[in-house]
Amino acid sequence: MEALVASAIGIMTAAGIYLILRLRTFPVVLGMAMLSYAVNIFLFATGRLAVNMPPILGHAGANTPGYTDPMPQALVLTAIVISFGMTAVVVMLSLGAFIEAGNDRIDLGEEEKTK
Amino acid sequence: MSPALIAALPFIGAFLPALLIRTGRTHAAAAAGLTSGLALLGLLLHLPAVLRGEVIQARIEWLPWLGLNANFMIDGLGMLFATLILGIGILIILYARYYLTKADPAGQFYTYLLLFQGAMVGIVLSDNILLLLVFWELTSLSSFLLIGFWKHLPEGRQGARMALTVTGLGGLSMIAGMLILGNIAGSYDISEILKHREAIQSSDLYLPALILILGGAFTKSAQFPFHFWLPHAMAAPTPVSAYLHSATMVKAGLFLMARLWPVLSGTPEWFYLVATTGLITMLIGAKIAIFKDDLKALLAFSTVSHLGLITFLLGLGTKTAAVAAVFHIINHATFKAALFMSAGIVDHEAHTRDLKRLGGLRHLMPITATIAVIAALSMAGIPLFNGFLSKELMLEEAAHTVWAETTWLVPVVATLAALFSAAYSFRFIAHGFFGPVRDDYPHTPHDPGIGMWASPAFLVTLVVLIGVMPMTFAGPYVQMAANAVVGGELHMHPIKHWHGVTPALMMSGIAVVGGIALLALFKPLKLLWESMPRPEAKVIFDWLVEGFADLSGRFTAALHNGAMARYLMLFTLGSIAAGLWAWTGGTQGPITRAMLPVTPVALVGWVMLVTATLCVVAFHHNRLLALVLISIVGLIVSICFIYLSAPDLALTQISVEVVTAVLMLLALNFLPKTTALESGRLKLSADAALAMAGGLAVGGLIYALMMRDFSFETMAAYHLAKSYELGGGDNVVNVILVDFRGYDTYGEITVLGIAALVIFALTEALLSGTASRKLIAWRPDMVRGGDKHPLMLLIASRVILPIALLVGVFIFLRGHNLPGGGFIAGLVVSIALVMQYMASGFAWTQARQKVYYHVLIGAGVLAAGITGAGAWFNGMPFLTSDFGYVKLPGLEKFELATAAGFDLGVFLGVVGSVMLSLGGLSRLARRAAAIEDEEGAHIVAEKPAAREVAAAAAVAYPAGTPLPRRWLSARAAKGEEQ
Repeated sequence: MEALVASAIGIMTAAGIYLILRLRTFPVVLGMAMLSYAVNIFLFATGRLAVNMPPILGHAGANTPGYTDPMPQALVLTAIVISFGMTAVVVMLSLGAFIEAGNDRIDLGEEEKTK
Repeated sequence: MSPALIAALPFIGAFLPALLIRTGRTHAAAAAGLTSGLALLGLLLHLPAVLRGEVIQARIEWLPWLGLNANFMIDGLGMLFATLILGIGILIILYARYYLTKADPAGQFYTYLLLFQGAMVGIVLSDNILLLLVFWELTSLSSFLLIGFWKHLPEGRQGARMALTVTGLGGLSMIAGMLILGNIAGSYDISEILKHREAIQSSDLYLPALILILGGAFTKSAQFPFHFWLPHAMAAPTPVSAYLHSATMVKAGLFLMARLWPVLSGTPEWFYLVATTGLITMLIGAKIAIFKDDLKALLAFSTVSHLGLITFLLGLGTKTAAVAAVFHIINHATFKAALFMSAGIVDHEAHTRDLKRLGGLRHLMPITATIAVIAALSMAGIPLFNGFLSKELMLEEAAHTVWAETTWLVPVVATLAALFSAAYSFRFIAHGFFGPVRDDYPHTPHDPGIGMWASPAFLVTLVVLIGVMPMTFAGPYVQMAANAVVGGELHMHPIKHWHGVTPALMMSGIAVVGGIALLALFKPLKLLWESMPRPEAKVIFDWLVEGFADLSGRFTAALHNGAMARYLMLFTLGSIAAGLWAWTGGTQGPITRAMLPVTPVALVGWVMLVTATLCVVAFHHNRLLALVLISIVGLIVSICFIYLSAPDLALTQISVEVVTAVLMLLALNFLPKTTALESGRLKLSADAALAMAGGLAVGGLIYALMMRDFSFETMAAYHLAKSYELGGGDNVVNVILVDFRGYDTYGEITVLGIAALVIFALTEALLSGTASRKLIAWRPDMVRGGDKHPLMLLIASRVILPIALLVGVFIFLRGHNLPGGGFIAGLVVSIALVMQYMASGFAWTQARQKVYYHVLIGAGVLAAGITGAGAWFNGMPFLTSDFGYVKLPGLEKFELATAAGFDLGVFLGVVGSVMLSLGGLSRLARRAAAIEDEEGAHIVAEKPAAREVAAAAAVAYPAGTPLPRRWLSARAAKGEEQ
């Protein structure tokens, strides 16, 4: 199981890196989203993997053999929401740049640099 | 009054003039004067004690682990300087009231002046060198504001910049020196450092520390070769010059040398560095001053020269020289401030300060002339005035100073400097006030009102009183300050005029006679002076600054060339390299965990995830397809969270997935739907290699991590054990979010709210200006569906809204004990609302929206904050939660936790942020679709150019850029045919 998760994280990271190195905004945004997935699962996995051990205590009736580490989960939960905020800002920036400049390149062109 | 309060008073009072200026200049000046007066009164109440030799202290711990404490003390030296700063400050405030015209922003002036005054008082009363450094930098900054006060004058701005650059650089050097000094002494408190003379002077770091500290002192006190900024600072209004260059700013360097005199002085290094610099400065300053025609420039160079004199005395390292230095500090402050103010009066009345255009003023303005002549005679070193007494003491010291085994050098140079000094003072008198009355002044001068001459008159009275009866009027203070400088009781010889025929008297005589002779020969000498080449400091300075600015500019341009792909590439490369370095250098323990079994479900999920990921990369040129594919990745990630015991994460991920997809679709409405192929084969391969290396590194790292147990016990045990007991919840993740780590969550919803507001601001910017016109003229680049608002979807979404909202409430309420909570509930409710926008249209929904999303964000942060603050009433720290069980008739017993209030804040914050972000994008789309609207048609009719602008924007790629896949290219070709 660990090997599957680790390889998936690796592949998503690779895809994310490849996409953020593209020259247009949309692939870069996709790449950032991909990296967010990878990083979130990475952080989550630092709590080690466990199946059928959610950190919900037994008082409400559920009964499990043990509990997984809740700390990384709490961190990742907020990270997911924050990464939505970040994606939204980046999307808005790229959209604004596209409407203003008329193209969606991420690098400054020669004429923009001199400004 | 506590010394700390004395130093704080000017800062507090600095607000008053800025506020009171609306009621008139007099009120602003009075407020500034009263503030200074109050501080002075508080200071002088300590005078009897300080005269007895006591040291008044105030110690406030600030950052004790850094050694930075707000420790203040008033000893003799601090008392003397603070009296000068505050006393002359009051005189300047009075003078400036009449000097500044109605057009000058006097409120600002007094505010700056008080800020500066506070910084200066802070320097002289600090008992901690780090605190002193803070005030030191504050003087640089506030003097920048004062020197550049006349913002419309280029000289003012340039002079202010130059002063800031030079003194600021000196300040940096001093910080380094002070840190070394504190390190040697083991404390940053000045009173403690002063006890470690032997340790400091025997340290290997003594010389570096000395040079660095002197770097600060010399730049501030305008010592050669840093003297050039001072004359350029003369572009300031005269009250500023009078204040900064007589009693305060430039004396800060001298103060520092006097303050550290007990531990730094007495070594050959000190003598040769300080005394030599002082001597050279004294000579050069005096020589240049003779030939300056501008009254203020003459006084500026004379100030440089007198600062050199005091530095020279401090550099000698003997106790009698220290006494002379202290005495001259007092004398120079009195006569120089009076001289600057007189020059200001002349400028104010005659509209010129040029000595070539002045003369004969003693007939036209007798009061000013009397004041100026007395002060100038004191500066020249004529008996019966205080300048003579301290100059005699200096010459006496110089007479038996041996420099590198030459006995004649120092006396000769000192006499020469005194001679030049006498010459420029005589010139000031003769060319300014004597001679015939002229009829070509730019403005006929006469004496000003008493408000302007009262201050210099008061100072000149002191000049005479100290000159005639030095031991009565200055003796105790000199004794007091000199004791503090040498750090012990000092036997001071009485200061008097007649010591018999001593070498000093002869040198003094030579100086005065020589000065008169020089003045007689002034015309030919001036011609000679003007024919000689002189280095112009400003040109060199500007050249240096320009060179550095150019260098920095080129460095920045090379580093930051606007190619973001390159930054990201370098960043990735750097991260991988750092990882590689750590991996090859470190060790890792053995594998301690067994791998979990791979189930078929997991394997299927893995295959789907990897396939989708690879497809995103392969098909990312087709943007809509890529969006669908990446959603699959998000979906599998959510399932992965469920499978691996993280139900909360799964719920969050899946709801975020929905809003992200909506967001991207809204963006794609405008962006091109395809990405053309721009990178060459080489770049593609290089990027792929880099990506694979990065992926391998991250994957390997997490694999290594997952296969080993924790090195330390985690916090999990504590959280699991205490979640129910302390937080009252079964869902540990939620309890962590709203309770254990509530502060983090509080920060996060704030950040999310800020992100949403940023998006709102960007939208606003796009909806105005050229972007708005482009939007209005926008033509969709894809065929739209026939029905904008399909009936089925419309009905279904309206029916489903209450149910969806109820689900949101349910998820919110169960969150404390079961998967759910504010974050997830917020996202679910947002989705329900977004559906209304999608099905019924923006306008329809907007019309029914009762609360602004900004308000929701604000209410969310506020609700969380108030809940957190509620803990204070319980006597607990911020965000401590409380809970209890409530039984209402007819209902089951249920739990009420304050954390629910906090979670409500999270909920509101999330709903507001998500809706505001998506709403922003929708508004853009609406503006683009508004062409049929009345407003849109109106704009296009008025500005037909809007269409042309939009046409230019539509060409996203240069002609001939290939599309990557055959089917994509084929479709594009088909589109063109049509």
